[in-house]
Parts: sequence; C-alpha cells; structure tokens
Amino acid sequence: MASEHVVVNCTINGENQVFLANERDSLLEALRDRIGLTGVKEGCNNGNCGACCVNMDGRIVNSCLVMAAECEGAEIRTVEGLADGDQLSPLQNAFLEQAALQCGICTPGFLVAAEALLEQNPDPSEHEIRYWLAGNLCRCTGYDKIIKAVQQAAGQSVV
Amino acid sequence: MVTAQSPETEQYNVIGTRPIRPDGVDKVTGAAQYGADLQLPGMLAGRVLRSPHAHANIKSIDTSKAEALDGVLAVVVNADFPRAADQEVDTGEGSANLKWVLDNVIASDKVLYKGHAVAAVAATDHHIAEDALELIEVEYEVLTPVLDVRDAMVDGSPLLHDSLHTSELDGSKSDNASNTASHLQFTKGEIDAGFDEADVVIEREFETSMAHQGYIETHNGTAYWRADGTLDIYTSTQGAFPVRQQVSALMQLSESQVKVTPMEIGGGFGGKIPVYLEPLAALLSQKTGRPVKLTMNREEVLLATGPTSGTYMRVRMGAKRDGTITAAEVHLAFEAGAYPGSPVGAGAMCSLAPYDIPNQKIDGYDVVVNKPKTAAYRAPGAPQAEFATESVLNELAEELGLDPLEMRLSNASVEGNTTAAGMPFGVIGNVECMTAAQESPHWQSELEGPDRGRGVAQGFWFNIGFESSAYGQVNGDGKVSLVLGSTDIGGTRASIAMQMAETLGIPMDDVRPQVVDTASVGYTQVTGGSRTTFAGGWAAYECAMDIRKQMSQRAAQIWEVDEDAVEYGDDAIIRGPADEDGNAREIAFKDLAAQLPTSGGHIVGRADVNKTSSGPAFATHIVDVEVDRDTGKVEILRYTAVQDAGTAIHPAYVEGQMQGGVAQGVGMALNEEYYYDESGDLKNASLLDYRMPTALDLPMIETNIVEVPNPGHPYGVRGVGEVPIIPPAPAVRAAIANAIGVHMTELPMSPRAILEATTLGGD
Repeated sequence: MASEHVVVNCTINGENQVFLANERDSLLEALRDRIGLTGVKEGCNNGNCGACCVNMDGRIVNSCLVMAAECEGAEIRTVEGLADGDQLSPLQNAFLEQAALQCGICTPGFLVAAEALLEQNPDPSEHEIRYWLAGNLCRCTGYDKIIKAVQQAAGQSVV
Repeated sequence: MVTAQSPETEQYNVIGTRPIRPDGVDKVTGAAQYGADLQLPGMLAGRVLRSPHAHANIKSIDTSKAEALDGVLAVVVNADFPRAADQEVDTGEGSANLKWVLDNVIASDKVLYKGHAVAAVAATDHHIAEDALELIEVEYEVLTPVLDVRDAMVDGSPLLHDSLHTSELDGSKSDNASNTASHLQFTKGEIDAGFDEADVVIEREFETSMAHQGYIETHNGTAYWRADGTLDIYTSTQGAFPVRQQVSALMQLSESQVKVTPMEIGGGFGGKIPVYLEPLAALLSQKTGRPVKLTMNREEVLLATGPTSGTYMRVRMGAKRDGTITAAEVHLAFEAGAYPGSPVGAGAMCSLAPYDIPNQKIDGYDVVVNKPKTAAYRAPGAPQAEFATESVLNELAEELGLDPLEMRLSNASVEGNTTAAGMPFGVIGNVECMTAAQESPHWQSELEGPDRGRGVAQGFWFNIGFESSAYGQVNGDGKVSLVLGSTDIGGTRASIAMQMAETLGIPMDDVRPQVVDTASVGYTQVTGGSRTTFAGGWAAYECAMDIRKQMSQRAAQIWEVDEDAVEYGDDAIIRGPADEDGNAREIAFKDLAAQLPTSGGHIVGRADVNKTSSGPAFATHIVDVEVDRDTGKVEILRYTAVQDAGTAIHPAYVEGQMQGGVAQGVGMALNEEYYYDESGDLKNASLLDYRMPTALDLPMIETNIVEVPNPGHPYGVRGVGEVPIIPPAPAVRAAIANAIGVHMTELPMSPRAILEATTLGGD
C-alpha cells in the first residue's frame, strides 16, 4: 500500500510552487497539508458543499475532486489570493459590511465562487446569483446576506 | 444596507449599530485558524475505525497487523482507557453517565449504531492511518437492531442496555430493563374537565425523522500529552470548559492538568458540545508522546455525531367555538439514540408555552434506539414538540373558521402566566410578535394562484444564562483588550464587545476581543442555549463597571481627592470636584489610560457571572408555498420571520440568526431526514443525499425584530439563536394544507411524503 510521490509545478495565487504530493493527495489535501493554504476548507470531501472551491485555470473546481498530480502547470487561485496585500477585494468588503458570514467556514468557497461569477457576469440577477452559488452550502445564514453581499459587490443597490 | 438604529436602541451609542465584526478580516482572507488547520511540530494524523453494524456484540479486536504497518505509531481501543467510574459528568448541556460518555466515544463490549467508534490509529500521515484501519480485525456477533421509538418501547423489544431501567414519574426505577430511559410529566388543571368544556377536539399523531445539525466544518480534535502529565487539547468546540470537564473525567486527570484551546469553529448548533475525537487523540498522544490530530470526514459526521431526535408524538387539543383553548394533552416519545439523553424534557417544557391553556397534561419519554446518540440541536426538542402542538392549533383554527393569528392572540401567554412546567413569565414579547406579524406587509398581502397557500406558526424557547467570564485590560493607547471564554460561532465577539464599549462610553473599535483557552479566563459555559450575548454581554458589562470604578479611583488618587467625589460619565469623561482655583477636574478615558503606567500601573477589570435567570424568546413566522402536485415538491415563495430579541445588540447578526434558523427549519420541514434500512444502515450519509437547503431553495427571508427589553439584563438582551428554528415546520405544514388541502403528519414533508399523502387522498 506504499504510496508513490510526484513532483508538481504550478502557480498558486500568482506564485510559482513546486511541491511533492502523495499520489493519493487531492488538490485540497495538497493545498492544506503540503502548501499550508488552510483557508481552503474541507466540508464533505466529495464535491457536495463547495467549501474547498478554488479557481483552477479560470474554472471553479471543488479541490477535493481534483488530484494534486493533475495540477502540473495549472494556475490556481484560492481565498488567500483575493486580497491585494492589505487591500480587501470589493467582494470581501461586501461580505463584511453585509454580515454575510457567521461561523465563516463556508466563506472562502463562497468568495472564490462569487468572484468567478462577477468576472463572467458583472450584473447578475438574484436568481442568477442563487443558481451560481447553489453548489456552495452555508448552514448559518440562510443565504440572504450572502446574496446581498454579492449584489453590493456588483454595484447593485441592496435593500 | 440598513444603518439606522431602531427607536428602542437610539438611546445607545454602540448598541443597535452594525459595526464590522472584529474577527471579520481573518474570516474573509482565509487566515482564521479552525481546528483542522492546526499544525504542531511532530504532529501525527489519526483515523477512527467504525462499526459496520447497528447492533452487535464485540467478540474480539485484533490490532496487531495495523500496529505492524510501517508509519503506524499507536492503535487504541476502549480497553486502553482508564476505567470510567460510575459517575455523572457535566457535558455542557446537562449531565451524563461517564461510562456511557466513554462508550459513545469508543465502544466497549457492544456497538450500538452504525459508525460507532471501535478503534483509533495514529500514523505519520492520514493515508497510512486509513490503510491501517483496514488491517484491524474485529469479530462481531450481530444483533437485531431497534430503529423506531415505538418499537423500542414495546415489552420484549431487543434491549440496547441490560442495565437500563426506566426512571418513573415517582422517581423509582422499573423492575425490568427497558429501552425507555425515563418518563416525565407536566400537568396543570384538570385535563378531563378541560376537554368536557371543549366544543371541538382535534387529535393528531406525528412522526419526525432524525435530522442533523449540518455544520459545514467536520469534527476535529488535537491533543498533546506531555511527559509531565499535562494535556493540551485544541478543538473546534462550542464549550472549551465542558470539553475540559469531559476529557479530564474520561482520562481520569484533574481539571488543572488539562488545557483546552478553542479553535475557530465552523458551525455547531448544539452538535459541537459533546466530545468525540478529543479523548481518542489524548490517548494516542499519551502512547506516542507526540501531538495527534484527528478529523472526521462527512460520512463519519452524519453516522456518528449529532443528530436531533426522531419522534413519535400525539397531541389532543380542545377549544370552545370562540377559539378559547380549554385543554391540551401532549405525548412525546423521543429517540435518544444509543444512550439516554434526548431533549424530550425541553420539548415538553416548550410545547404549549406560548398559550395560557388552563388544563394541560404533557408526557415525555426518553427512549434509546440503535442510532447515533443525539446531541443538542438549536432549541433542542422544541422544533419537534412545537411542530405537533402548533399544527393541531392551526387545524383547530381552521375547523372553527378562525384566523390563526387571532386565535393565538386570544389564547396567548402574557406576563404573570405560568407554564405547565412551572416557568413563570415576566415581561415577554409573545403578543408583540403576533401583532407585528398581523401588521406585516406579508400578512396584509393577498396570495393568489393555484396550489399556493399561506401558513403561520408561533415559537417559544426559554433561553438560558449561567456562567460567563470577562477580563478587560486597559492599554496605554486607550483601548481595552477584552478576554473571553466563549467560542464565537456567529458574531459574539462583536455583540459582547459592543456591550463593553457601550458601558465604558468608548467606540466599538476601542474594544479588542479575544477568545482564549481554559487557563487564561474564568469558567465560561458553552456557546449555546442562546446564552452567549446574554451572559457574555452581562459579564462584559460588569467587567466594564469594574474598569469604570478603578479608573475613577485612579483619577481620585492623581487628583488627591476623595474617591466618592469622582464620577465616571457615560461619555467616558471622569470628573472630580473643582480644584482650589475653581477649575473643573476632568480627564478623558483615553488620557487617563495613557497615564496609568506612571500613576500606579495598568488596570485590569474582571467579572464572572452566573445567571440562573434568562429572557424567554418568542417568534411568529409566516410562509407562502406552492406545491407541485406532479412531483410533490414544495417551493417557498415568501417568508417573514418576526422575533422578540429583547434588545438587538447587533441587528445584522440578529437578522442572520433569524434567517439561519429559518433555513434550518425549512430543511427540517421539507427535506432533511435520516434514512435507515432495516439493518440500521444509514443510506444517505453524504451531503448529496442528506439534502440541506441551497441558495436556490430559499427566497430572501424578511425579518422583523421586535424589541421588548428583558428587564433581567443590563441592556435588555434575551438571546436570539434558537427560537427561529421552531416555527418553520408547522408554518410550512399549514401553508401546504392551505394550498392543497392535505394535512401532513410527518417530517420531513418531502416530495415522497407529499405524493403519498396526495395519492392516498390526504386525510
């Protein structure tokens, strides 16, 4: 049952990274255990909760469903890459101002997913936001304030 | 975004505003450290072997092959634990028999549910630990499982515990062993006479499924047992001190040998009060001399933690033609899971509390079954019990042709009433919630369209107080470091710091709250019971009053005047008598803070409170639904939640609690269930099949915060977390009945259940 290890070269949050992954490591495990990016969260480890969601080559993926060994040459963005130094992104600020998090464990996944939504669709309707974020589970907020935070970040007026 | 304070909180500077939470930046940047994020030097990874059977005797366990695997450093089983004495241990929300607590952490002679822990492994990485589990050989003698509360109560049913005898009403124990752990009863008036007065009597039976708290963070526990016998625990828990108590009792250590550091927590809802992994990690650490981190995966969470009770309930209620309720009889049978301790008592206390009904009889039964030991879940017991009572009340209103809110108002509990459980009501907002709901745009609107309906329901939860502690150090820059023992699940650093800032008359940003370990702050009970903003805020208030006193004393000392002549103003200006030249003596908090080091040293305020009082919470919810007759799917079209918060310290987080409670209540109403086959195998142990509401399943949730200040709190706080999970299920049931004329009798009211009910022609 001994595991083989593989060397992976990729770009994470704009930095080149070379790391040694167990061939059984998912991208989630590699990010957390090998790279130390623990902002990426595990909620279910089978693609149903979205807490581990990261941006990989412009697509939103559940990192628990991607093998680390598949990431050779990939460009990956995690929650740790959203802020510009100490300048939070508009979405991060909106989450704080709208009180869109309670326990905060799902927040990294929601932020990464919502940022990708606004890149593709800068002015989404409420339904489009809900549809896009339906792959991210939040158990604390009832989603209301998360939707409003995305609307605020999109420059929409929020009641 | 709403920014104005409510009319009730305009008198305050900080309370009623919506500042950004102190821990916010860390939680939007990924910097916040949750339990699973912890890395310690030399740390090992652990995994747990779990039972494939719901009910079986353990004949033997052979761990030798696992121990021989390269990279495995230790394997532990129940027999490796110190023998737990036959004693009760405080588990945070009540107490439990220590042997049962240990047996739930790791099975001894029997496994009692699928997923019951049997052995634990520590290895150099988690892949190896997982491989090792497959090498542990366990021989089971499979027994017939008991999976339904009514089956479990029948004489001759297979027994989970040979030593369990029913605690009867008179305090005696039953002669024969039983799965019924206890029977409790609350009565008021004369039940038979009450029903004789009724013109209409309705009786209904209900069944509800187990449902899980569903926090997104799975359980974790890290332990480091040092050579000197001290044990550090790091865990995502609702209560670091109750973890300390449980772990020290299970490991037979003194409390002072154990230090528990509460990591950030990814949701709890009551389910992160019991210990599961912490004692296993401790023993593995003792054996290896290295820190050991254990984490659960989602399947383990669903199989072996939480959930809340499945139930069988029966309610009979009678009323006069004018809507006056004359009598109500409630029978509650709650599944405790594998060990006694369901929340049936709390359910019984809450079941009829919103109404002043002269004749009541409430019976509760706590029953063990071959399913996971239940844990607290948001207003534990009340969502089930009040689903039953509110549903029958709604049907009575329908039968009598009365407006359901009017009927509630005419029977509503008010100040001076006492519940059947003996709880006297002081100032409460029961009627105010009902009235606000009546006046809401939602209730005033027309609902049109086929297969659409509207429902309403009331909720009650008693809330709790108990122990909280706060230390506040005044720093030279005029800010206060506030030290707390309460895990922050949903913004309590903010809500507690705001009460300190208000009391000191300084800005919210000048109070810097931190949550610390059990060696660094006074005893603090769990974050649960809607108690944290109430009792934690009270501790912060008293801590601030201590600081005010010490700051005044220091000013008096500097001015060389009598202490009694100095006053701390609510504007954070300390004033003394005029000096010899007639000039006013006054100094601002910030300026005095800067002088502290040179005028006698720094100031630390402290407070420990233990409040046995609380401010009861009421809520009224309105929901519109549309039922798809072809698929049985129920869509939530509109939802309004009204709730008395007492005083809403941080209204945005109060709204968040209300909205989150609604979402969980809607999940419980429509989708969430534990689906077992006959062998006791949980068939939906994943978040794909255990279907919690997504963003697409819910509309915006309208909130209306009523503020009837609690006279038993310095700032009128009641506690808000729990009551909003109660009304959704009965409100949705009433809306479904209003839409398609079918009165459902089970939870969840899933598409399957709706189709079965409509195909069979309803009731």
